[in-house]
Amino acid sequence: MIAHDALSLAAAVDPAGLLPARQQMALTLGWHIILASFGVAFPAMIFVAHWRGLVRKDPIALVLAQRWAKVSAVLFAIGAVSGTVLSFEMGLLWPGLMGTFGDVLGLPFALEGLSFFVEAIFLGIYLYGWGRMPPRRHMLMVVPMAIAGVVGTFCVISVNAWMNTPAGFRIVDGEVTDVDPWAAMFNPIAGLQFAHMWVAAYMLVGFTIAGVYAVGMLRGRRDAHHRLGFLIPFAFASVAAVIQPVIGHLLGGGLGDRQPAKLAAFELATTTESPSPLRLGGVLVDGEVYGAIDIPVLGSLIAQNSLTAPVPGLDTIPLEDQPPVNITHWAFQTMIAIGTLLALAVVVYWAVRWWRKRELLDHTWFLGFCVAAGPLAVVAVEAGWIATEVGRQPWVVYGIMRTSEAAGDYPSLWWLLAVTAVVYTCMTVGAVLVLRSMARRWRQGEHDLPSPYGPGAGLHDRTPGKDRPA
Amino acid sequence: MTIELAVAMAMFVGLVAYAVFGGADFGSGFYDITAGGAARGAQLRTQIDHSIGPVWEANHVWLIYVLVIWWTGFPSAFAAAMSTLILPLLFALLGIVLRGAGFAFRKYSPTLSQARVHGALFAGSSLIAPFFLGTVAGAIASGRVPADGQGDLWSSWLNTTSLLAGVITVACCAFLAGTFLTADARRAGHDELAARLRRHTLLVGVVTGALVLGSLVPITQDAPTLAQGLTGRAAPLIATSILGGIAALVLLARNRPSAARISAVIAVASVIIGWGAAQYPWLLVDEVTISDAAGAPATLRALLLVAALAGIVVVPPLVYLFRLTQSAEWVQH
Repeated sequence: MIAHDALSLAAAVDPAGLLPARQQMALTLGWHIILASFGVAFPAMIFVAHWRGLVRKDPIALVLAQRWAKVSAVLFAIGAVSGTVLSFEMGLLWPGLMGTFGDVLGLPFALEGLSFFVEAIFLGIYLYGWGRMPPRRHMLMVVPMAIAGVVGTFCVISVNAWMNTPAGFRIVDGEVTDVDPWAAMFNPIAGLQFAHMWVAAYMLVGFTIAGVYAVGMLRGRRDAHHRLGFLIPFAFASVAAVIQPVIGHLLGGGLGDRQPAKLAAFELATTTESPSPLRLGGVLVDGEVYGAIDIPVLGSLIAQNSLTAPVPGLDTIPLEDQPPVNITHWAFQTMIAIGTLLALAVVVYWAVRWWRKRELLDHTWFLGFCVAAGPLAVVAVEAGWIATEVGRQPWVVYGIMRTSEAAGDYPSLWWLLAVTAVVYTCMTVGAVLVLRSMARRWRQGEHDLPSPYGPGAGLHDRTPGKDRPA
Repeated sequence: MTIELAVAMAMFVGLVAYAVFGGADFGSGFYDITAGGAARGAQLRTQIDHSIGPVWEANHVWLIYVLVIWWTGFPSAFAAAMSTLILPLLFALLGIVLRGAGFAFRKYSPTLSQARVHGALFAGSSLIAPFFLGTVAGAIASGRVPADGQGDLWSSWLNTTSLLAGVITVACCAFLAGTFLTADARRAGHDELAARLRRHTLLVGVVTGALVLGSLVPITQDAPTLAQGLTGRAAPLIATSILGGIAALVLLARNRPSAARISAVIAVASVIIGWGAAQYPWLLVDEVTISDAAGAPATLRALLLVAALAGIVVVPPLVYLFRLTQSAEWVQH
């Protein structure tokens, strides 16, 4: 399936840099979006823990805030550099896009730069301010971080939304004119697409952090520390998971008018049927769908809010304007399936807790599910990005510029992809090792985690240049 | 002043800030690498953690600021530079990535051996990144980036001006960092460490000065347009830079690191501003002027608003952060 799609992509006469550039972008964006989500959603959770610790005088919450701050120091650092990679790549991989439309789409990026500034400044103050500032003022340093994360998300997502619904310029005789950067920034779906990703970030981070404490509880550490460490992020994730289907549905409304090819690929609609079925699973091979389960009418109902309005089929779209259908369809349905599952799970948890007065956290099976929920949310976010990005192909600016026109003509970009894969793998391993070691040392009762070479480490240099841990 | 010049200047302010503050963070890698074995270097490495830890991410964002203003305000020139200079930019990017990750990982490493690996990555890549960013500046300043972006992938940055610019950038970063670290160590009461740093920084300063003076003739021959500007319009700035450098060395020799720090900043900032003044009105020297490269007027106006907004929402907190790091509560480890 993937091989088929890749072939159909490479078949056209494309610049040598196109396919590796797309894979490079997919790898680095897919990696960064996880850390970016932490940058957006984690500060709010840290704030709640810190507030509870300080204002409600809960020492357990205060310890959580201190530990989460240290974790965020590691995550935000690699998030900052992987975000920088994307900034460079905008120009390095897509000179055709940036050279032509840089002044149309650049304004939100510039504002995002300011958000990143605010986030980095207050992160520095917050991380190093423990015990060095009046406690309340120190706690409030998280607030600008959290706000900047939200603003930054809007700005970045607004650029992606612009690629889907280009606005703020006209093309006359092949030249871009009448540029209005504000209209580009506030393009038709910027708001909803932002809401979708913003809420997704809370799901990803909330379920992931909660999952860490679920692992602890599964291993028998069922103390107040683990319960609170689970509940704060899980509460955020719960609200987000319940709202997300609504936002997703609103975002999908009108997709048939905006990007009919994307909708047809999402729904695996080969022909225009009235009413359209909801097609679960299935593979498109040589124009025929195999192995799909069709639920009558539901496709029209969900995609078009109507009992009869059809989903326009792929047969209405010229072949050269069609996205790789199978990847788009499967990525979209993976996202929907996981989103639905997570929304149902949190509803069940809170319903049982409020009305039946039963605590599902006492059940191993539910804790096991919570451990899986974090990775599932990550998969859903990645699948969502694959669905919207692959579904927009072959366009980089929908209906205006093809991705092949945006790519540079470098023959050796595969090398870059290989090196990037190695570096990002090492960075992932490094982060996991460091974070796990931090958790281990905390469990062993260490609190401050001094550096191994710091004062008090009791180091000796036995022979110059060759020294060992004491 | 035209609006495109105003935007170019707003971008350039960011570049100067990045060179000074980001440069000082990068330069600390030099002292980290030369600090000696784990025990001997422990105090210095801890000082580096403490000095750049709270500020390096904020200082790094100046680079992002410059990039976004460049691609938004002058998109075609941005695409041209990115296409021609893809290799040094990718090497610089690798350095930036490894520096940030290495720094964060080292601090929280559980064992000395892990800390050593991350530390080597942090310190080594701290020198790689400014070198390649320097070659990029040299390539633009010596007219190696054609307007269509089809410059040679190698010779556009493997040439006299680019390579010298790369080496000088690394040296300037190390000199800046040395004065900053010496002042920080002195404030924290680590007199022995401060004395050691002071000696190293003096050495670095002398080498940096020699490098700058020694490269004047080759750069003059290799980059005539730049040379003309440096000896003409930008001459006062270059003179300021030389005086600032000498003052910094004298102050350091007389054991006044806090004052030396300011002189070093003046020296580096005025040489960067001098470069900008020397290549005016070119954005890509000999190829594209600032006004030719400018994007849509509505976008330029919006960018000025962003720059003004930066002055309101970024600069005050940044000053607050810097003041905190210099306060009595913060200098103690």
